[in-house]
Amino acid sequence: MGVTLPMYLDHAATTPCDPRVVEAMMPYFTEIFGNPGSRNHSFGWAAEKGVKIARQQIADLIGADSKEIIFTSGSTESNNIAIKGAANMYAKKPAGQSGRGHIITAIHEHKAVLDPCKRMEKDGFDVTYLAPGPDGLITRSMIEDALREDTILVTIMWANNELGTINEIPEIGELCHEKKVVFHTDATQWVGKMPTNVKLDNVDLLSLSGHKIYGPKGVGALYVRRRKPRIRLTALQEGGGQERGFRSGTLNVTGIVGLGKACGICAQTMDDERERLLVLRNELETKIESALDVTQVNGARDRRLAHITNISFGFVEGESLMMAIKEIAVSSGSACTSASLEPSYVLKALGIGDDLAHSSLRISMGRWTTKEQIDYAGDKIIEAVQKLRVLSPLYDMHNEGIDITKIEWAAH
Amino acid sequence: MAYGEKVIDHYENPRNVGTFGTQKEIKASAEIGVGLVGAPECGDVMQLQIKVNDDTGVIEDAKFKCFGCGSAIASSSLATEWLKGKSLDEGLEIKNTEIVEELSLPPVKIHCSVLAEDAIKAAISDYKSKQ
Repeated sequence: MGVTLPMYLDHAATTPCDPRVVEAMMPYFTEIFGNPGSRNHSFGWAAEKGVKIARQQIADLIGADSKEIIFTSGSTESNNIAIKGAANMYAKKPAGQSGRGHIITAIHEHKAVLDPCKRMEKDGFDVTYLAPGPDGLITRSMIEDALREDTILVTIMWANNELGTINEIPEIGELCHEKKVVFHTDATQWVGKMPTNVKLDNVDLLSLSGHKIYGPKGVGALYVRRRKPRIRLTALQEGGGQERGFRSGTLNVTGIVGLGKACGICAQTMDDERERLLVLRNELETKIESALDVTQVNGARDRRLAHITNISFGFVEGESLMMAIKEIAVSSGSACTSASLEPSYVLKALGIGDDLAHSSLRISMGRWTTKEQIDYAGDKIIEAVQKLRVLSPLYDMHNEGIDITKIEWAAH
Repeated sequence: MAYGEKVIDHYENPRNVGTFGTQKEIKASAEIGVGLVGAPECGDVMQLQIKVNDDTGVIEDAKFKCFGCGSAIASSSLATEWLKGKSLDEGLEIKNTEIVEELSLPPVKIHCSVLAEDAIKAAISDYKSKQ
């Protein structure tokens, strides 16, 4: 059986909308167009009803109360509201001074967490950027060692976007509650794929995005815990006071309805989907590793999301590898399409050498990925690596027993 | 990013891929010059080998291997094509700008052509040092 090309295996970047999501959204563009803030006519009530259902669907997916869901434009905004909002609210000293409090995060977080943290550093807070071990994980004990008297916020992603590795979130949350430190997690890659219960998992603030879970782009949510402890935030955006004042602005009703529907579908399908994709992912990794030498799967193998794999292929360069499999859409660990020639900072954080970091692919499967597609992709990747290794002077040297790390390369 | 037609052609059908022997054999051979430039951590390594006729001083054959992006592969593949049949002095006249022009390389890929020029110069100088 043939496969249709190009083939999409980059679901950690974004997902297509589920047709059921689109169907749920359609009436809200034209018929149910009211502003949910209009409390005195039926148009507003109808829109408000749609938002209310969506809020409940999201809350149900993560074990929250619907009052604890704040709608945003996506995880980047949720992270900004959570990190800046919590830091400013719980600051030890007023703005303009230094020593305002301590924040803990990790060096291989998404830029949408790192950059708000850097902003807080400029605004007088101290930030500790934890380095993971070679397995890519951040553990409770790492946080424990980094905690200080003045720590006010810990922000650690639930699952890493490049590796799929799963951090010790419930354990870290428990520690934070013991120490009375606010705990935020960027769960963009996690939610909708894995069972989540913010109450039991001790999460105070959680970011999620619609477009990673077969919902629309431009909509997401922030969970803000209301009880034990009640989390307060300084709002970034001022205006009509929507979303309990945390996020002013007329609600994106169509997007919100879509996000809600997407969450509802995930709640029903994620267990089967995860098991199915895990089988495919394991088959792909086994196939590639048995066909190619000097190949490694990055990140803790037994603590990863089922649909993501990140593989380094020694002695071939990522961009040329992507070119060889150009009809298969994946992500490269090397961002050298930009002028910077920077290998992935996430892979570097794991202590993976620049040469292997330049040679990695992130393959992420989704709801409609088939066994035929994965078989085809596996064959193509193996073929491409073999072709490029014929071209690679480094692979020759390796086969001749020359250690390429011992050569004095003239960097340019 | 979108590649030019010529880059894709060289990438899909690279000319003169290979070596004239193992690293040890190459080092021992007086008729062969090797240029190995770039660095794995920068994402590009080019190895260019030339076989020179001792009597005429003409580059009779050239081979390359390349670890790098499509443009780096194309630049080194093109360099081997251009070198064949040239004298050493003519080889030294090949400029990276000519490679950029021939392959229509975008600005972010100019370093690939610079690397190819460096590889040519390094191979010729290696040959000369062996004489």
